[in-house]
Amino acid sequence: MQNNPQLNENGELRHLLSIEGLPRNVLSGILDTAASFVGVTEREVKKVPLLRGKSVFNLFFEPSTRTRTTFEIAAKRLSADVINLNVAASSQTKGESLLDTVSNLSAMQADLFVVRHGSSGAPYLIAQHVKPHEHVINAGDGRHAHPTQGLLDLYTIRHYKQDFGALRVAIVGDILHSRVARSLIHGLTTLGTPEVRVIGPKTLLPAGVEALGVKVFNDMQEGLRGADVVVMLRLQSERMRGALLPSAQEFFKHYGLTAQKLALAKPDAIVMHPGPMNRGVEIDSSVADGPHSVILPQVTFGIAVRMAVMSIVAGN
Amino acid sequence: MNPLPDAEKLCVQLAAELKPAVKPSTAMIGLYTGGVWLAERLHAALGIAEPLGTMDIAFYRDDYHQQGLARDPKRTQIPFAVGGRDLLLVDDVLYTGRTVRAAMNELFDYGRPASISLVVLADRGGRELPICAQYFGCTIEVAKGMRLRLLRDDRGKLKLALQHAE
Repeated sequence: MQNNPQLNENGELRHLLSIEGLPRNVLSGILDTAASFVGVTEREVKKVPLLRGKSVFNLFFEPSTRTRTTFEIAAKRLSADVINLNVAASSQTKGESLLDTVSNLSAMQADLFVVRHGSSGAPYLIAQHVKPHEHVINAGDGRHAHPTQGLLDLYTIRHYKQDFGALRVAIVGDILHSRVARSLIHGLTTLGTPEVRVIGPKTLLPAGVEALGVKVFNDMQEGLRGADVVVMLRLQSERMRGALLPSAQEFFKHYGLTAQKLALAKPDAIVMHPGPMNRGVEIDSSVADGPHSVILPQVTFGIAVRMAVMSIVAGN
Repeated sequence: MNPLPDAEKLCVQLAAELKPAVKPSTAMIGLYTGGVWLAERLHAALGIAEPLGTMDIAFYRDDYHQQGLARDPKRTQIPFAVGGRDLLLVDDVLYTGRTVRAAMNELFDYGRPASISLVVLADRGGRELPICAQYFGCTIEVAKGMRLRLLRDDRGKLKLALQHAE
């Protein structure tokens, strides 16, 4: 009966692997819980005792600073013990398999695995093999998904715009290589956003992206018109094979967000970016640091969102 | 079975009892959900200067490892400094005492109050921890499988009700 590996037999979140396939009530439950954790992160004592005695393993097979750090802070604020493993530089290079690595950590009494992996689906493989009391959170797998980033984007949008029901959201740039875009699109449509646009050159848009329920624009000016939310994506040079683009300068000319282009969006539009930013490639500094930018609040909300996800899955 | 006491009358009675205890250092915190309703009434009736604090103890519950996280926990909001304050902690029904323990743990993450007094509308017995209420509207004996709850209707009227526990 149960074919969603993220949910338990009661339909509750047991692992967070992808936003795709999560029902609306589970998504809004995470956002509501995160709102309460924002209250905790604003106190002087920023800790609650929920995960006392639990061990969280940050398993990063791919480098990351922000995501790993915010997961670490989130786990510590829940009073868990956190172990960071930079696996790229450890056993895997000696030939140990992914599941052997996980079994060994399981033998060290792990409760929660936070997994970042270059291959799409790696967190699913781990989730299929962990013990009943162990939980898996996907911190980004290949080009597939980055659900906690998608959730913190959703949280940020809800914080500034309250209701998804009347929003026009434009996602700009390298959609093809972006697991962030994929997660966000699924979340936005599940929560009832009437218009989600993707803007980028044909070479950086996945084939058949319309099937996700988005409107496609190759012209940035046209795509930004009347937008409430503008989400800029990082140009992922390390994921690029071959020449999809003439040059970074050329990209900035057509798809870089400048104050001039932003003026086409609504006057109260917010500008988001999952980071790390390439200033002068996908976003101009005057916009990144300007009054519409909510890029740094996104990072702060990310901690509360990750606290919510960890405490929900570890309790189910 | 005896009818349950009138919650509105108990409110008035509690406010009168609390009145002499209110000092300049007094502040009040209500526990979600019923405790907040009661606290709103008492806070207004007593004219306490500091705004009312509200607390959801979801992140401090002692049954998280059995029950998981409560759905939709409310945000705790304490709009005053807790340190040195004489706190009136308000809940609707006192039963095992576990909610009060969790609330005190959470409170101490905000500061070191001078004192905490517990105010409840009804004490139903059945304590599992060494906790008691300094101010209570009434005591009601309730069978173990039953739940005593405070309800609030559309017009804001408070009422005690007995329900079968799930």
